[in-house]
Amino acid sequence: METERHQIVTRNLDFFYGDAKVLHAINMNIEALRVTAFIGPSGCGKTTFLRCLNRMNDLIKGARHAGDIHIDGKNIFDRDVDVVSLRKRVGMVFQKSNPFPKSVFDNVAYGPRVNGVTGSRDVERIVERSLNQAALWDEVKDRLHDSALGLSGGQQQRLCIARTLAVDPEIILMDEPASALDPISTAKIEDLIAELKQKYTIIIVTHNMQQAARVSDYTAFFLLGELIEMDETQKMFTNPSKKTTEDYITGRFG
Amino acid sequence: MATPATQPWSGKKKNRPMEFIGERVVAGVAMFSLVFIALIFIFVFREAAGIFLDDPGAKIRQKASSNEYETYGDDAVSTLGVAPVEQRVEQEEESLTVGDLLAPAWFPVSNFPKYGLLPLIWASIKVAIIAILLGAPIAILAAIYTSMFAPGWAKEWLKPGIEMLAGFPSVVIGFFALIVMATIFQNIFGYQYRLNAFVGGAALSLAVIPVIFTISDDSLTAVPKSLIEASLALGASKWETVFFVILPAALPGIFASVLLGVGRAMGETMIVLMATGNSAILTLSPFDSVRTMAATIGAEMAEVVFGDTHYSVLFLIGVILFVFSFSLCFVAEVFVRNRLMKRFRGA
Repeated sequence: METERHQIVTRNLDFFYGDAKVLHAINMNIEALRVTAFIGPSGCGKTTFLRCLNRMNDLIKGARHAGDIHIDGKNIFDRDVDVVSLRKRVGMVFQKSNPFPKSVFDNVAYGPRVNGVTGSRDVERIVERSLNQAALWDEVKDRLHDSALGLSGGQQQRLCIARTLAVDPEIILMDEPASALDPISTAKIEDLIAELKQKYTIIIVTHNMQQAARVSDYTAFFLLGELIEMDETQKMFTNPSKKTTEDYITGRFG
Repeated sequence: MATPATQPWSGKKKNRPMEFIGERVVAGVAMFSLVFIALIFIFVFREAAGIFLDDPGAKIRQKASSNEYETYGDDAVSTLGVAPVEQRVEQEEESLTVGDLLAPAWFPVSNFPKYGLLPLIWASIKVAIIAILLGAPIAILAAIYTSMFAPGWAKEWLKPGIEMLAGFPSVVIGFFALIVMATIFQNIFGYQYRLNAFVGGAALSLAVIPVIFTISDDSLTAVPKSLIEASLALGASKWETVFFVILPAALPGIFASVLLGVGRAMGETMIVLMATGNSAILTLSPFDSVRTMAATIGAEMAEVVFGDTHYSVLFLIGVILFVFSFSLCFVAEVFVRNRLMKRFRGA
C-alpha cells in the first residue's frame, strides 16, 4: 500500500515516556502535498506522534521509541541523521504562538540566518516573501522593527507560520495552530493552510472536527495511543469504517 | 458533600484564635527584620555624621575616651608612634574636610593622621574587578552548562556542589588563599609581594562564583521552553539556540547576578583581610598589596578610640559600602523585574 506518493511512512512506531507507553505500533502513510489532519480526544497521542516526525521529543527526558519513521525513504531515527537538518525540512508551528522577544523582522529572519543566509538583501527578500505567504505582510509591513510581542494573537500565530516558511521546509507540522484564536483569525489560518498545500505537505493536529473536515484531505483518528482509522476526510466524516470513529465524530464521546 | 440538615449554615464569622495569633507572629517577625535593617542604617549614618557635624555629644565622648586612654601613660603611647593625647585632642578640634578624605593616603594612626579614602575605595574596586573578571565567566559558563547541556546526574551534583561554595566559611577560603593560593600564584607569576590584590581577587572569586552561578542558572532556566523549541524547530543547533535565543532572553538576569556578585565582592571582609596584604597603596598594578574598605573596618574598628575622628571615618567607610551595595541591589532588582519579566510577558 506504500507508494511513491507517500512522503512519510511510519512502521510499528511505539513511543514511551519513561515506563508509560503512549503510542502503540503506529503504521501510517502520509502523502506529499496534501493536508492530513489528526483528530482524537485529549491525551490520545496525536501531538506526541506529530512531535516524533521532527524528533522534537528528543528534548524530553526519559522519552524513547521503537519502530521507524521514513521521510523520503530515509529513517529519521538512523544514527547518521542530523537532527538539525531534519528540523529544517520538517518545520513546526506550535499550539501557543511563541514568537521570540525580538522584532517582527528578526523573528522571520532568525531561521534563514542560522541556516547560513548572510546577505542582508537576501534576508530581506526571504522575510518579505514569507510574510506574504503567511498573509501577514500588509498588516506588519509598517512595523517590521517593532516587537513581535505587540502583535495580536492571530497575527503572532501567522508570524510563527511565516517564520517556519522562511527556512523553506518541505513538511509543516501544525499542533492545534488555531486553538487559541478567535473565529476570524482561525478562518485566516485555514485559508492559509489551503494556500500552502500547493507547495508543502501539511500535517495538522486539531480538536475541532469541523476544522479537520474543512481543511484536510486525509484524516487520522487516534484513541488511547492507537491509530484507529485513517482515510480520506470525505469518507471519514460521512462513512467511517469503524464504529468508534463514527461515535467520536458524531460526538458520542470525547 | 451536602451539609447535614441538622446544622443549617449560619454564615457567621468564626473565631480562629490560633490562626489570628499565627498571622500576627509571622507578620511581626517579618517586620522585625525590616526594622533591624533600618536601625543598622540609622546607626551607621549617625556615627559617620560625627565627622561633618559639630556634634557636641561627639566631642564629649571624645574627651571621655581620651581620659580613659591617658591612664595607659604617655610614654607607652609615644613609643607606639602615636602623638601625646593633648596634642591629639587639640588636632581633632578642627573638623575633617572633604579634601582630607580625598587625599591619596591612609595613615589613621600617626602623629599627623591622614584619612584619605581613595586608596581604600580603589582597593575595593580593584579587588572586585579581579574577582568578577575571574569568577563571572566561570560562573556563567557553568550556568549555561547546567541549565542547557548537562545530563540529569551531572546537574544533580554540580548545582548543589557550586552552591555549597556559598555556604563555605569565608575565613576558610581566606586561609586557603593565604597559605596555598598565594604561594602557588607567586611561583607561577613571580611577582614581588606574596599577598596582593590578585591573590585576594582570586580567592574572592570563589565567594562570588556561587552568587553569579545560582542566579544566572535560574534566569537561564526561566527562559520559556516554547522559545527553545521554536528555535530548534527552525533548524537552529543547540549552540545557536543558546547564543541567539536563550542568552539574550536571560541577559537581564545574568547582568543582575553579576551586579550582586560585585556587591558580594565589595562587602566581603575576611577573605580580603587575609589575602591582600593590607597596605593602603594607590597603584594600578594588580600585584601590589591593597587594603579594601571592608578589610579596613574589620582590622581597625576593634582598636579605634571610641568617638574619635578615626572612629567616625570608619563608619563613613561603612556608609560608603552600604550605599554601594544598596544601589547595586536596587539596580539589579529593577533590571530583573523590568527587563526580564517584560520580555516574556510581552508588556
